[in-house]
Amino acid sequence: MNYQWQWGVLIREPYLGWLLDGIKWTFAISVVAYAIAMTLGIAVGIARTLENRHARRAAAVYVSLFRSVPLLVQLFLWYFVVPEVLPESLGHWLKRDLTNPEYWTTAVGLGLFMSARIAEQIRAAINACGTGPGNAARAQGMSTAQIYRHILLPVGLRYALPTLTSELLNTFKNSSLALTIGMLELTGQSRQIEAYTFKGIETFTASTVIYILISLIVIFASRHLESMLEIPGMLSSRNKE
Amino acid sequence: MDFDIFVITRNFSLLAEGMLTTLRLTGLALLFGLVWGTILTLARLAPGRLLSALATLYVNGIRAVPLIMVIFWIYFLLPVLSGTQIGPFYSALVAFILFEGAYFSEIIRAGIKSISQGQLRAALSTGMTYLQGMRYVVLPQAFRKMAPVLLTQSIALFQDTSLVYVVGLMDFMTASAMVASRDGRLVELYTFAAFVYLVISLVAASAVRLMEKKFKV
Repeated sequence: MNYQWQWGVLIREPYLGWLLDGIKWTFAISVVAYAIAMTLGIAVGIARTLENRHARRAAAVYVSLFRSVPLLVQLFLWYFVVPEVLPESLGHWLKRDLTNPEYWTTAVGLGLFMSARIAEQIRAAINACGTGPGNAARAQGMSTAQIYRHILLPVGLRYALPTLTSELLNTFKNSSLALTIGMLELTGQSRQIEAYTFKGIETFTASTVIYILISLIVIFASRHLESMLEIPGMLSSRNKE
Repeated sequence: MDFDIFVITRNFSLLAEGMLTTLRLTGLALLFGLVWGTILTLARLAPGRLLSALATLYVNGIRAVPLIMVIFWIYFLLPVLSGTQIGPFYSALVAFILFEGAYFSEIIRAGIKSISQGQLRAALSTGMTYLQGMRYVVLPQAFRKMAPVLLTQSIALFQDTSLVYVVGLMDFMTASAMVASRDGRLVELYTFAAFVYLVISLVAASAVRLMEKKFKV
């Protein structure tokens, strides 16, 4: 293996700037996408556990649609197809007037994709609460909205916390697909630096390390959050292991 | 706007060839990914400290990195390491085996852990070695338990193969994208691609559900 190592490219301008810019966009995409995914995911997840048959059915269709098409294809649909099939003025706005359309397409498209997965986690978590607490609350005269607000969601979201953390990590990793529609986030920037310098190994090592660091930070933060939110005596199973 | 459905029939053979590549990649990655995942799991559960630490490090490392990153790694690294070009198909295949192996290993490990420790101890006490105990007693039961999860992961793998688009391997996705930009028919081709992935994934998912019901212990 005769390879000229040149770690220096990573701290040379403009490449260092590109790398930092990539990190910035990875965060910008992931945070917005996760906010969308959580909002919609909780709503759809609740709908999947409601007594109303139509609400359950509609939510199930939503989930299986978004889970059965690859993310790459979904991004292409939002980016290339949707502006064309929408009414002309709206399509024009998406293509021309919206600033940074690549960014918003990825953030929203990724958010919708992740929302279907989060909905499944929320549904499982609400079901894990069992029927007892909900029935007890109903016997007290609580409405369905109150039962979710005061009983099922506070407990269910705590159950779901570990899986929601790994979905946040998935959001970070999936944000790399933004490069396919020309958004240069961390992976895209590394690819570009490789193309300019032919120093692929150094560049990819750097961005791999950055991704691993992001994962570690998220995992530690969520451990902290879990122990902060723990209900004494309720979710103790986590400590048994 | 006009929707030209015939652009799909005109390019049918190209798209079908792409789908063949997609299926071939999925099948081979699934097969070797399972083998690699099983090896990783055995290493993680093995009594030796060093081996299990290395395997755990590998699995957690891979799982922290995006799949596209792994595809790029292999695509740029393998030629440097081996000194020869192996082409986009085999470089993508290696990337998928290395990547999916880590995920399969997690699933297999959970399946093995669900088999009680007593089973392995009983096997060891009858004079079987660790590998024999795994091979004849634990794994046959564990695989049955984890089959539905493994199959669901395989559907995810099938969808993930669309990412080979980034290295230009002519799978179904890349073929659709190529026809789309060459003929200026983005709407038709991407809608069609989405539809095909949707139908295949939905059919596979309902097959998994059927099987799950049938083999329920």
